[in-house]
Amino acid sequence: MDAVGLEARAAALGTRSIKTSAKAYAIDLAISMIDLTTLEGADTAGKVRALGAKAVHPDPTDRTTPRTAAVCVYPDMVATAKQAVAGTDVKVASVATAFPAGRAALDVKLADVRDAVAAGADEIDMVIDRGAFLSGDFMKVYEEIVAVKEASGQARLKVIFETGELSTYDNIRRASWIGMLAGADFIKTSTGKVGVNATPANTLLMLEAVRDFRAQTGVQVGVKPAGGIRTSKDAIKFLVLVNETAGADWLDNHWFRFGASSLLNDLLMQRQKLATGRYSGPDYVTVD
Amino acid sequence: MKSENSANAASAFEYAPAPESRSVVDIAPSYGLFIDGEFTEAADGKVFKSVSPSTEEVLSEVAQAGDADVDRAVKAARKAFEKWSALPGAERAKYLFRIARIIQERSRELAVLETLDNGKPIKETRDADLPLVAAHFFYYAGWADKLDHAGYGANPRPLGVAGQVIPWNFPLLMLAWKIAPALATGNTVVLKPAETTPLSALFFADICRQAGLPKGVVNILPGYGDAGAALTAHPDVNKVAFTGSTAVGKQIARTVAGTDKKLTLELGGKGANIVFDDAPIDQAVEGIITGIFFNQGQVCCAGSRLLVQESIQDELLDSLKRRLSTLRLGDPLDKNTDIGAINSAEQLARITALAETGEAEGAERWSAPCELPTSGYWFAPTLFTNVTQAHTVARDEIFGPVLSVLSFRTPEEAVAKANNTQYGLSAGIWTEKGSRILAVANRLRAGVVWANTFNKFDPTSPFGGYKESGFGREGGRHGLEAYLDV
Repeated sequence: MDAVGLEARAAALGTRSIKTSAKAYAIDLAISMIDLTTLEGADTAGKVRALGAKAVHPDPTDRTTPRTAAVCVYPDMVATAKQAVAGTDVKVASVATAFPAGRAALDVKLADVRDAVAAGADEIDMVIDRGAFLSGDFMKVYEEIVAVKEASGQARLKVIFETGELSTYDNIRRASWIGMLAGADFIKTSTGKVGVNATPANTLLMLEAVRDFRAQTGVQVGVKPAGGIRTSKDAIKFLVLVNETAGADWLDNHWFRFGASSLLNDLLMQRQKLATGRYSGPDYVTVD
Repeated sequence: MKSENSANAASAFEYAPAPESRSVVDIAPSYGLFIDGEFTEAADGKVFKSVSPSTEEVLSEVAQAGDADVDRAVKAARKAFEKWSALPGAERAKYLFRIARIIQERSRELAVLETLDNGKPIKETRDADLPLVAAHFFYYAGWADKLDHAGYGANPRPLGVAGQVIPWNFPLLMLAWKIAPALATGNTVVLKPAETTPLSALFFADICRQAGLPKGVVNILPGYGDAGAALTAHPDVNKVAFTGSTAVGKQIARTVAGTDKKLTLELGGKGANIVFDDAPIDQAVEGIITGIFFNQGQVCCAGSRLLVQESIQDELLDSLKRRLSTLRLGDPLDKNTDIGAINSAEQLARITALAETGEAEGAERWSAPCELPTSGYWFAPTLFTNVTQAHTVARDEIFGPVLSVLSFRTPEEAVAKANNTQYGLSAGIWTEKGSRILAVANRLRAGVVWANTFNKFDPTSPFGGYKESGFGREGGRHGLEAYLDV
């Protein structure tokens, strides 16, 4: 990877001007791709129920608003989240494998995964062992993903690299290939718990990786940037990256997700602006 | 697999038109020559039309300079030289800084104007041409009071009147490359813009007035080749600077031979972009595209020959074709346009003819699948594979969006093939191995060698050619020499 060239390409795609009908399309698509997330020590059943309600009806004043793709919670909140989105196509994703640090024995990580799956999680967001990766034990990283994939059963597996800790683009590219070869359904940038999370450049490089992987193996893998994407403008830039790198096949929430929470309200405000021609304000979207 | 829960506003991510506003520029129906601080008609009253290459719409009618006008302009420049060259460097710098700031303030207007007159995408004029134009004036403004420290001894003297002839591919940027160092060193200028792109130079004339530049220091003479020939041959011109084709460059060299005129020529090129097997493929693909499709390939330092290591040729070509299929060709004023129009019908005919020669000689042609607009001058991004050193498309400068792909086996072969050209303006090297970059770069006979990038410009960096790409350097400290009596 050439860092300068990669960042220049990401920045160049960031200058695309997305207006009117294209903007409306992108905003709805972005809403439909959100894994609406709460991953706090202070999470309660009430908080998770509110999040579920928001995912199902993001904008109570406009029922044409698409639902988000999923809600994303800790394993002990999966059952609550399932109830909150019951009867809709909103998925429940659960982080697992000693998220976010991943510093636990494999048995403990697998138990974490099985617990979430047993509670009804449709999707598992695991973290890789960055310690193993950074010390060069790529086989350990690979085997853990294989084991977690098996433990996930029917649930789709998202593999989080914590790109901010892998630090270099070469590492992120290598991790992407390890993850895809080990059976990841999604590759995901970050936990949202470290300083550097999703960036246009690291997401671009992961999009190149899934594009190349499908070309070589025929297997399509999804991408999920997470953390730090807060505005509609940013989200649209990421969709441009998807459109012009992996291509239209990835422009669907089965293949691309945003791990985000505050992004949704900004998208809703922009959506209202497009519909009414006026900016409303933070009091016209719900705080959940 | 489509989920049920997907967006409903439109069926696909098709970018809506996003045109830059044309109303930010006010183009007058006619323009005169700019001589001695005034816009005037040509002595013989001749005019020509400047056409927008993307629509063939007439933008304005421009006075066409002839011999008498050249003489008048040179006289005005000579008269202005005395005071201008006597100004302290710090005072000349003030004018240049003022010009640079006005260019920045008017950059949106100038970007739209340049896009209309030249046909290149607004993305390029906005993000490349205009920032570089301002940067060039800022850079040379900084030199004006520091010429004692340029390496030519104390108080180096200017030459006098500079006759400058510039091309149509970067009209305002080439003007900046010529005028900024000339003025910084104390010369006065008569500049002839290309006949297909005279407008930004005329707007620059207005900027000179806005900056309060003393009259006669800069004179702008729109016109054809005959005016350029008259200017370069004028006995009272002390310095000739030309950027353009090698054929015209040779003619100018013959004209000034035997005179005491100082000459710099920046001519054609057939740059090799060398991709080794350990190159970062996706970034190399971007660099190849920047190398040959920036400004529709109408760039003298374009990377028009792709030399790819045979072991990765198929993979690289697959990636390149896939990426070329995503280029957006069309309305140059649309902010999402990647590929604009060819500058003129004449240039389009030349590109078309050379591409046909490529096919006739047996090279395999592939063009990006894109719909060409029905009016204006357009050519789809094209590449030729199965090209050898013997093919015309590997030797002649096409000056259009046409890439010739050749392969090599070893670094020695890459260097030999890269250097096997009458030109020597630019080259690119793509490899993750730093030691190889240095080893190969040292052996390339090209004025500019880019490593893991291409077509990157900066006013601090000297630019110029080997062999038939010309002589003399523009930009950087080296660029001062051409305008000093040293």
